[in-house]
Amino acid sequence: MSGAGLAARGIAKRFGYREILRDVSLELEPGQICAIFGPNGAGKSTLLKVLACLTRPSAGEILWEGRPVKDGASLRAAMGMVGHGTFLYDLLTAEENLLFYGRLYRVGDLRRRVSEILERVGLGFAARDPVATFSRGMKQRLTIGRALLHRPRLLLMDEPFTGLDQAGRSLLIDLLREFRGGGGACLLISHDFAETLDVADRFLILNRGRIAGAGDCGAVGPADFARLYEDAVGQPPD
Amino acid sequence: MLAKSMAIVWKDVVVEFRAKEILAAVLIFAALVALIFGFAFDPVEHDLTGIFPGLMWVAYFFAGTLGLNRSFITEKQNDALQGLVLAPGDRSAIFLGKFLANWLFMTLVELILTPVFFALLNVSFKGGLLLAAVLALATVGFTAAGTFLSGLAANTRASEVLLPILLFPLLVPVVIGAVRATAGAMAGDAATAVAWLRALAAYDAVFVVVPFLVFEYLLEG
Repeated sequence: MSGAGLAARGIAKRFGYREILRDVSLELEPGQICAIFGPNGAGKSTLLKVLACLTRPSAGEILWEGRPVKDGASLRAAMGMVGHGTFLYDLLTAEENLLFYGRLYRVGDLRRRVSEILERVGLGFAARDPVATFSRGMKQRLTIGRALLHRPRLLLMDEPFTGLDQAGRSLLIDLLREFRGGGGACLLISHDFAETLDVADRFLILNRGRIAGAGDCGAVGPADFARLYEDAVGQPPD
Repeated sequence: MLAKSMAIVWKDVVVEFRAKEILAAVLIFAALVALIFGFAFDPVEHDLTGIFPGLMWVAYFFAGTLGLNRSFITEKQNDALQGLVLAPGDRSAIFLGKFLANWLFMTLVELILTPVFFALLNVSFKGGLLLAAVLALATVGFTAAGTFLSGLAANTRASEVLLPILLFPLLVPVVIGAVRATAGAMAGDAATAVAWLRALAAYDAVFVVVPFLVFEYLLEG
């Protein structure tokens, strides 16, 4: 690897006696989207939390731009995350939520950037509405906008298609392609196999905390992927 | 770091302005306690000046605990706390921001309710600037310790029960300092008031600095 992106080496995570992740290694180059698939309980979300420095690994190390990540400060500044929760405040408007996160990330020309992002995720019309009044899909669009607000170089996304209608899904795919085109690296957990394989460059299959399969999205057709997934996990993809 | 803390203060003030959960609960609870003390001790027949500082501070600390309980609960909704933890910069800025917001809310409650306490308990207002200093310093100690423990309790299932159990033993020095300093200020005994103000300042220094240093570890999963 060039040392410009994100790398994880021998990551393990234990909660008491339970081993959630075992010897997970991966590399993610700038301008690359890597999808992570796997059944429920495979350790996908825990892996994302470890990579986001939300929880310390029990073993192994994470490297960002060739340097070991210690307190995660440089990684956190360069990273946008879409997690299980939206990280949004229901009583603030869409605009206020983005203004708040923009202040945390010290985004320059913040008001203009917030308007730009709201328009880009199709929420310009609801900028002054409290998030509490939003549908699940609108909240997810705003969550994606929040993650992109500070122009991150790394995106970590856990089930970003959740709650999105077809237009929202197309928008997310467009945004991901734009992000990759701008040199961004993205790690994407998903159960939406077809859409994710379409947008991603590589995929990993995680099962019982281990990487059980990997491949190139361009080189693997749907039938090959289904076979690979079944071999790795022991059950066909849904 | 201060920019991150001030952003959190701004957000908490806007959220509280809309929800009115903390201020309303604390104000109503403390006012009701003042009213109950008024009925229980019959201030028309008895001079309550001697026990007034104790009554006032017990009411403020009990009522304030309700507000502190809410402080991190809003951050747990939608996993917003993760959003704060992921933001760049020192994670101790989260403690500082939450502490400053809680101090602001509590000070506002005290500014409104202190004259009400004097009136309902039929005690003539005395103390002036010294009393203002006691209110400011005791509130710093209370909200600093409370914000820290509220953050600690937020990660547990029974956070609303756990906070008072953890907080009240830790508050004993502030209660003693605040009550003695208030009594000194009201009696015109500046030397006693200043001595207890110094003790409060020392407590404040410990409970602002220690949480500030260890808050990062508290947030790690």
